[in-house]
Amino acid sequence: MAFKARARVLDTDDIARIVKRISHEILERNKGAGGIALVGIRTRGVFFAQRIARTIEEIEDGQVAVGELDVSLYRDDIATRGGAASVGLTHMDFDLNDKQVVIVDDVLYTGRTTRAAMDALVDFGRPRAIQLAVLVDRGHRELPIRADYVGKNIPTSGNEKVKVSLAEVDGVDAVEIGEEE
Amino acid sequence: MPGRADGHKHLLSIAELEAADIIGLLDSARSFAEVSTRPVKKVPALRGRTIVNLFLEASTRTRMSFELAAKRLSADVMNFSTSTSSLSKGESLKDTGKTIVAMGVDAVVIRCPSAGAPQMLTEWVDCSVINAGDGMHEHPTQALLDLFTMRERLGRLEGLKVAIVGDIDHSRVARSNIHALNKVGAEVLLVAPRSLLPEKIEQMGVTVTGSLDEALTWCDVLYLLRIQMERVNESRFPSLREYTLQYGLTQTRWSRLERKPLVMHPGPMNRGVEIASGVADEVESVITGQVSAGVAVRMAVLYDVLGGSRG
Repeated sequence: MAFKARARVLDTDDIARIVKRISHEILERNKGAGGIALVGIRTRGVFFAQRIARTIEEIEDGQVAVGELDVSLYRDDIATRGGAASVGLTHMDFDLNDKQVVIVDDVLYTGRTTRAAMDALVDFGRPRAIQLAVLVDRGHRELPIRADYVGKNIPTSGNEKVKVSLAEVDGVDAVEIGEEE
Repeated sequence: MPGRADGHKHLLSIAELEAADIIGLLDSARSFAEVSTRPVKKVPALRGRTIVNLFLEASTRTRMSFELAAKRLSADVMNFSTSTSSLSKGESLKDTGKTIVAMGVDAVVIRCPSAGAPQMLTEWVDCSVINAGDGMHEHPTQALLDLFTMRERLGRLEGLKVAIVGDIDHSRVARSNIHALNKVGAEVLLVAPRSLLPEKIEQMGVTVTGSLDEALTWCDVLYLLRIQMERVNESRFPSLREYTLQYGLTQTRWSRLERKPLVMHPGPMNRGVEIASGVADEVESVITGQVSAGVAVRMAVLYDVLGGSRG
């Protein structure tokens, strides 16, 4: 199954502007960078989170903790997937008790990944609040989950695919819509 | 890992794995090791699955390690152990297996004194089977945790020089390790008296020496096997004292080494026999590290075997 792109929705500059805007929104909503921690969901959520963290650090002096979360072990579809997926590394080397934790992911779709991420987070401690930032919201939620910060809303049909590429892993920044064929 | 016609995945031996399977399990074991460092050392990955530990032979660390691995993955665990005398082989293993599986079990982890019993069990029961050591055949999860330890400590497996010392002939640990190390491109040197080596062992792609001192200057990893005390009186075994003098990691041998290899031991150690007590204390962190690696590796195996399909 190869991905065939039909339209490029976001390019490098668009994504850079989104990172900047979401960084400002996070600061505005949480009244500064104090007490904020970002947790990126593997794989591309991690890089999106790192970009936001760097931008926040440029806007306000200080350090923003960034965690990396692999949610494979918390998914509810292990039983129905073809085989056991490879499990990536999780890094959470900070205390998230009483932090405002922002989960960062590339695409929000059914909401099941976000649910798995929330389950995983509470195993690491008790955040003061959990918020959600996504680069793309493509709709079709199956759970009562809504993002606090959205890069771009992209209405899609169920058989379309949204492909996010980030320079850190894919060599290029882009969001494309297309079909799998 | 090879799938089976009945749709269940098993882990019966290292011999049946490809190098990529081994590396894949070691990679995911690294992720599972992180779970054991969390404040809540448990993930819901195998919630609702039931695993039976069917141990027909004495074992502390392997059984506890499998039990802990299953619990950290949220599976339900039942332990079944019996002395070999109360469960005769053959037909009654079949009945025992069938009875247990009839209760709705997803996987059986089996340790038994007869080589090939786990393989037989797959024919009889409708669930996954994991070999936790069968007679003188294989002990696949031990080899995986040993390779995991070597890779974490030394950063690579390919080209690694590993010397395995001791009673190779009776050792399923040695057999599984030889297969695994060969597959991932490590070099294996066996150090043992000829009487404790299987015939035509060189055909397994290993070299053999009688000199521990020669091996010590060559190897990156020195893997000491446990001397099974019940074998000491057998005619093939030299006396314990003679064994220690020739094949034991004595304080003198250890002290004069300029470049010290990674010393590993599957446990339990016979201090003063295959390893001097002082040396054992010095290298203890690696050996206890092997035990913690055991939990991570067994989590990876259970997740790989059970993670994909509901039996």
